[in-house]
This record gives sequence, C-alpha cells and structure tokens, in this order.
Amino acid sequence: MNYCNVIIDRKKVKVPEGTTILKAAGQLSINIPTLCYYPDQSVKANCRICLVEVKDRKDLVTACSTLVWEGAEIITNSKKVLDARKTVLELILANHRQDCLNCIRNGNCELQDLSKQFNMSESKLPNISEKFPLDNSNPSIVRDKSKCVKCNRCVEMCETVQGVGALCYSHRSNEITIGTAYGKELENANCTFCGQCTTVCPVGSLYEKDNTEDVWNALDNQDKHVIVQIAPSIRVSIGEEFNLPAGENVTGKMVAALKRMGFDNVFDTNFTADLTIMEEGNELVHRIKNNRVLPMITSCCPGWINYAETYAPNIIEHLSSCKSPQQMFGAISKSYYADKIGINTEDIVTVSIMPCTAKKYEADRKEMHVDGVKEVDIVITTREFARMINSANIDFLSIEEEEFDSPFGIASGAGAIFGVTGGVMEAALRTAYTLLTKEELEEIEFEDVRGLEGIKEASVVIDNKPIKIAVAHGISNAKKVIEQIENGESEYAFVEIMACVGGCIGGGGQPVGSTLKVKKERIGQIYNIDKSNSIRKSHKNPEIIKLYEEYLGEPMSHLSHELLHTEYSPK
Amino acid sequence: MEKSVKIVSKNFNYNNPESLEEYINSGGFKALKKVVRMQKEEIFYVVNVSKLKGRGGAAYPTGRKFEQAAEEKAESKVIVCNADEGEPSTFKDRALLEWAPFKVLEGMIISAYAIGADQGYIYIREEYLKLQQRMRNAIDLATKAGFLGENILEKGFNLKIKVVSGGGAYVCGEGSALAESIEGKSGRPRIKPPYIKQKGVFGLPTCINNVETLSIIPTLFSKDADDYITSGTVESKGTKFISISGNVNKPGVYEIPFGLTLREIIYDIGGGIPNNKKFKFMQLGGASGPIASEKSLDVKYTYEDLKENGLSIGSGAILVADETNNIVEYIKTVQNFFAHESCGKCTPCREGNKHLLIILDRFIKGMASEEDYDYIHRITNAMRISSFCGLGKSCTLPLISALKNFQQEFDECIEAQANPITAKENKVIV
Repeated sequence: MNYCNVIIDRKKVKVPEGTTILKAAGQLSINIPTLCYYPDQSVKANCRICLVEVKDRKDLVTACSTLVWEGAEIITNSKKVLDARKTVLELILANHRQDCLNCIRNGNCELQDLSKQFNMSESKLPNISEKFPLDNSNPSIVRDKSKCVKCNRCVEMCETVQGVGALCYSHRSNEITIGTAYGKELENANCTFCGQCTTVCPVGSLYEKDNTEDVWNALDNQDKHVIVQIAPSIRVSIGEEFNLPAGENVTGKMVAALKRMGFDNVFDTNFTADLTIMEEGNELVHRIKNNRVLPMITSCCPGWINYAETYAPNIIEHLSSCKSPQQMFGAISKSYYADKIGINTEDIVTVSIMPCTAKKYEADRKEMHVDGVKEVDIVITTREFARMINSANIDFLSIEEEEFDSPFGIASGAGAIFGVTGGVMEAALRTAYTLLTKEELEEIEFEDVRGLEGIKEASVVIDNKPIKIAVAHGISNAKKVIEQIENGESEYAFVEIMACVGGCIGGGGQPVGSTLKVKKERIGQIYNIDKSNSIRKSHKNPEIIKLYEEYLGEPMSHLSHELLHTEYSPK
Repeated sequence: MEKSVKIVSKNFNYNNPESLEEYINSGGFKALKKVVRMQKEEIFYVVNVSKLKGRGGAAYPTGRKFEQAAEEKAESKVIVCNADEGEPSTFKDRALLEWAPFKVLEGMIISAYAIGADQGYIYIREEYLKLQQRMRNAIDLATKAGFLGENILEKGFNLKIKVVSGGGAYVCGEGSALAESIEGKSGRPRIKPPYIKQKGVFGLPTCINNVETLSIIPTLFSKDADDYITSGTVESKGTKFISISGNVNKPGVYEIPFGLTLREIIYDIGGGIPNNKKFKFMQLGGASGPIASEKSLDVKYTYEDLKENGLSIGSGAILVADETNNIVEYIKTVQNFFAHESCGKCTPCREGNKHLLIILDRFIKGMASEEDYDYIHRITNAMRISSFCGLGKSCTLPLISALKNFQQEFDECIEAQANPITAKENKVIV
C-alpha cells in the first residue's frame, strides 16, 4: 500500500493513499465538523460544513470528499475556514425552523451541536423556512419538512440501503424538497415504516411518533393492569442513550426502571420469541414433511411484512403464518395471562418496548386483535423509553438491577438472539433439528448465519438431508433473495428476512446514529447473552413447556392457530 | 471597413443548411477525409498550434483536452457536443447549429476519431427543439453517406451519435451535471475526482466540447487553416463567435478576429447604442460574467487582455446597457436567475443566492442598510470559495464587480430610503 505524508494543522501524519482529509485529521484527534456526512453512507459533500483550507489554493475543499495527496498541507482552523463554515451554517439555520425547545431532538441534534461549536449568535438573515403541516398520518413516523436541512441521508437510506425509495428529492434551487412522490403523505407513499430514515436524520425532520404520553396515561389509570414487554435488542442499546458504551447489557437496570415507573409486571419478549420458535419451527417441519410451499420466510419483522405486502405480493404464500413475538406476547397477555390473574382483557394494557417504528403499525393491524381487543395497546421505541426514564427522574446509571416477573420472564438464549440478523434462523434450527430427528443438536452455534454480510447462506444436514437456508437483512438485500424465489430459482427451504441492516439491534427505533460500528458491539453482546444462558433452545424453556401444558396444548394446535398465527394480504 | 470576418463561417450562406449535398459541394467533409489519413500526433499538433481554447466558457486548451481523452484506456469512449447554451445573452451556438449543422457534426466526428470515441451525444437545450430535429436529420444523412456508423470512410472507425434533449436546467452546462442528465437523472454535479474525462457518461471516459469549439475543428484541417491561425493575436489566435445584445443597434451573432477592442465591437460591429444614449456598462461572457464600466471599452477582446483587466471572454456574450439602466435592478435580475437555476444541492449556492436576492430587493425597496454590505461580502465570499461546482463559485461575480464599479448607485439606495427607486423610470433588460 502506498502512503502519503500530509501536514494537517501544522502536524505531520502518514496515511494510506485514498484516505479522506476528514479521516486523516481524525488520526490526529482533529474533529472536523460535518453535517451531511454519515459514516456508513456515500460521501455527499452537499452541506459544505467540513470545509478546510489547502495551502496555496484559493478555494476551500470539503474534508469529507477530498482525498489526501503526498505533501498536502491542510489547515482546518484558519480564520478563512472558520468564517466560511460559520456563514454556511448561518445559511442553513436561516432555512431551518428553529423550534429547538419544543423539538424531539432537543439536546440530540447535529445542527444544534454545530451551532454551539461555532459559537453562533443571532443572525440578521431572515428565517425563510416555510412552516409545512406535519405529516403524522401514519402510526410510526412523523415528518416535519420545515426542519429539513437537505443532507440527503434519509434518501440514501430509503433508496439505496432499503431499496424502497419512498423518500426522494424533487425540485431545485431553494425549492429543493426531500419528500415523497407527488408530495403524498408517508401513509400513502408505500413507506414500509421501517424507520431507518429516522436513525440517520441529523435534525428533527424525521422522527418516531411519540406514544410516551399514552403510556403515562395508562400508568395513571388505577383501573388498568399495565404490563410491559421488552424486545431482545433493547437491553444492548438503551445504555447508549445514557452514555454507556455501545452494546452494554443493561437488562436489570431496564427492568428496575420500568418497575419504578409503576408497571404492574415487567416481562421479556425473549419469552415469546421462544414461543415463536415453537410455532415457526413446527410450521417449517410441517411444510417440509407435507411438500408445502418452500422456502418458508420468517414473518417477525413488520417492516419486511409491509414491504412484502406492498411490493412483493407473490411472496406472501411463502411467509410463515406465525405472528411476531410482540404480537404473540400481546395475544397471550389478553388470553392465558388474563385468565391466570383473573382480570378482564379490557382492563389489561399491554405496552411493548421495541427497537422499531414499524412495530407501532403492526400493533394497529386489524388482524392483531383478540375478541375485538388490541393485543398490544401501546408500542414505544428505544428512544421513547429513554425519554420516559429521564422524565421519571430515574438515575439509570446507578439504579439497582431487578429481574423480570413471572410467568413470561424466563427465556432461552435462542430467544435472545432474535435481536440480531440470523438469530431467528439459528434459534429455529436449534429446535427444528429436534423436531425432525427427535435428537438434540450438539453444535448449536451457526457461525455461517452470523455477522453483517448482507446475504448469508448455509446448508444444514438434518436426518441425512441437506437443508439450504438463507438470511438477508436490509431490504435491498432481501430483494435479491425474493427475486430468486419469485423466479423459481431458489433452493432454500427456509429464509430469514429482517428489514434493517443488522436486524433489530439496528432497528428504526434504536438510538440515533446506530452506525455499523455500534451495531457490531450490540451484536457481540446479544451473542454473549445467549452464551451465558443455561437454556439455549426454545423448546427447553420450562415456562414455554408449562404454557403448552396448561393452555395451548401443542404447537400448531387449534388454539395456537387462533391466537398465534395470522394472515397477510397484498396492499 | 468590415470588422467581422468569415473564416469558420465562410460557407454559411447555404440555401438549405439541412442539405448534405450542399455542404459537401462547399467543401464539407474534406477535413474529415484528410484527418483519417493522419497520425493522431499530427492531429493533436495541428490543434495545439492553433491554440484553440474551449469556447463554452472555461477556455481549456482543446488540444490538451484531446490528448488527455486519447490517453484514457477504455472499451468505449464518449464524445459530447455541449449545446445546452444556457448562458443568458448567449446565442451563438444556436446560430451555428442553425446555419451549419454538418460543420458541427464534422467537427465532432474528427474529434471522436482523434480521441478514439465510438459514442457521441449532442446535448441540446430543450428550447432548441427545432435544432434537435435539424441535428437528428444531419446525423441520419451523414450515417447514410458513410460519415457516421460502422467503419467510417472504410478506416475501421465506428461512431454513433445521438441527440439528447436537455430538461431546462442551466447547471447542465457543467460537465458532470450534463453527464447525469444524459443518463436520465436530474442534473446535479458530481463529486470530482473521478473527472468526466475518466468516468463520465455511463461511467465511460467522456470528452465534452462546446458547439463552437467543434465547428472550428474542420477549419483547422482545411485550406482556410492559415487564414484562421493568422487572425487574432499571438496568444489568442483565430476568431470567435460573439453574441451582442442589449442596447445596441445591431444585435446578433458575429464572427470576429481576436484583438478588436470592446469599443470597436460595440460601436462598429454592434452599430452603437440606439437613440444616442450614453454607454453605461456591459456584461461579458453571460450571466456569471463580470460587469464592466466604460473604463474597459478600450480593452482588446483577447483572452490575455481581458484577463489582465479582470474580465473574461466566457461564452462570448457581450451585453450592453445604456445610461437608462439601473445597476441595482439589473443585478437583481441576474441574481434572480441564479436563485432559480441553482440545482439546490449545496448550501452556499442554494441558500446564498436566495439571501442575496432578498438583500438586493431591500436595496431596491430602499430598506437596505450599511450592514447589508457586510452580509453581501460574507455570503458571496462563502459561495465563491466553498460551493460544490462552478455555478455557485462564479455566480457572485456580477454582484461583486457591480459593487466595485458602481458602489455609488448602491449607496444611493441606502441614502434614498425615504425615496425608494421605482422600476418606472428604469428599463430592465434581459
């Protein structure tokens, strides 16, 4: 590899050829400010915040897009640079509705941070931002165009990473608009509600619909029995909202915080992840043994389901009929659990804490009701949960850990790994093996389906027969796999699809700025949770065994079908 | 004495410009036949000796551009004729396409041969709809006659040319935005490197040349070459097509030798200013060119003389304004154009132009203050040194140069707060 000797701010550094000025400066602990730049995305160089000066050049260059060269001399903090950056920021601010104190991103906004860093004072430029009506037509995502800074991160996410293209840009000049085709509301713009756009928006232009007030109202209502479930991936991400290192497992603190808020019982979605495996594993075995439609595709990701129903209706017959762990929890909370504690289903409020904005949409689906009652009443995301913890005066860092309540508090390691890409596949294989062979699988860790490779394939020998499987995450990757299936070229028996890169640990409701680096940390911790669990297969979970003995009978039973399975239809 | 010349435009008096026969009878395609027998080095030598510079506005040496394009190794290369002619007060490319479609085509085929391109695009602005048809017709006839297509003149050289219509964006005159537009995307400039010459249209090495540049090429390989090269000055050889407009008696397109003074161009060629009005200012090279006062009238129209005086040839537009024009209003019109034509990609150009327009509006309404000068300087400076592409970098030049030459008129706007200027007495051109 060739190296370049470069001088940045009067200090020498040697970096590989092809390094950007931004990255080279980073090696010298020089943090050049950025706005449109996002580590996992292509370089856009449109905000012009990361300007730097090159010796003997009249014009400034953008550090994000300019590669270093041998002998380059760069100054990142000259008066010329600082003045230009400040003017650029002033221009951005003059077309941004400055509503900071009421903004959902107050305190967590890249534009606000820049204003602080640049020591901005009152501008004489008139604020020319237009106040557009909020687009809050859907249950998941809110869009406020008047705050958009035209960085194009959301467009790249929606168009390239997700391959959906619900968001695009249109018009030119000062009228340039980041929005939907024909300016439709997201609800009518074939959005999957995956929420990935909200995790990359640097400001408060795209964000989750906030349902925290609904939770506080439920907790305040003395007539209601309020329970909460926590999805597998939250425990390794919420800590970041309190400045803990990425991926730190804070299960006990999370449970304790919810108890301080006054939830009657705190349960684990990992438990219903185990339940999902019992049903889905049996469905797979049933499909294989009876020559039914294969491959079977997982159905626990609502962003993926929305995509399939909207863009790939031919694939619907491949979808597992199993509800997601969130909805299975809701269903048994309004049936088995209600019976068990002797409370009317109408008086139970089931809250779920999810890494996902599409889960809000899923809970609203007409199919997701038991006897006319919503299975899951309120869904909040990781970010909303963090806001609730702050509102409730809880010192999250020092709170003493507590444990999940019974009966849905015990989960296997297989349930835990639902939170990462490949996890559902791995968990299902651990159980399906036993179902097909009546033997226990010894080698339970499937390295082939782990990690951030976009499409992962593996072949598993069960009963002397090789079964081919595939795992895809990020919708643009999923599209490649389903295209094969639609063309009849697929040899897979079972396919796992998650809409978001990395699976739920990278969901659209996770802390803003979930970069691949952060996702890797979270993935590592999820596998640690699995490894340290004494139960690692769903069918070995004693509370699952009890649930079937006491109530459901067996997987795929009549009652199971009624409560835990669903159907899909083209949109 | 007639000061305009007819060298490149020598045979432009066709009865029917769409007739290939007529073009050939007047010596057309002789240059191509000559060139295909020449070594590539000889071709580049001829172009280099002519000191031909890109006539679109950037004035990049054409010979060097060809050599660089020829050096690129690729399965396929692209030559583009940039006929987007979006620069306000510039209309010489339109005249060339109208008068001599085959000449432009011949220049393009010669250039393609020299650099090794096998695909060509003529990118014509949307408004020149009839000319698009004229060029398609020219391509069809030239293909049938064996000047285009497979194995041209039986020299084993292939070239297919397609006419592409612009969508109406000024920024598409910029090379990478033009490439995006040809690809069917919205016209926004790309990050460079890679440069267009390396990865342009559909990722192929691409050589983009202005209509006028290409139409000069056949002359360089004809018997008129000496006439051409001996015109002009040592540094600015040859001739230039200029578009004269505004307050002149004889607006139009003229071929002139380099080296005339601006006064000669305006008064002798352009016929002077109507109604014996006094000259006030001129803008050279289109909307992004500088504003010059009468002090510049005796500057010679050459690359080197204009540069020395802070001016440039740009697209070859010369817009003349008489004493009845108000400079502030004129600049606001120009600013309005840029605020509308910015592609919207980068902050300084997108937001800066809009705010400059608002500030200029304040001047006109008599609501400006001294503080506005500070903002003008800050914004124009940021735009000039930090915009994404040439549009944002250069579009502040008219305002800056107008302030330099006519600061007093701006000051009067501030002083006349109680007595705002109205548009009534002042004629706004463009």
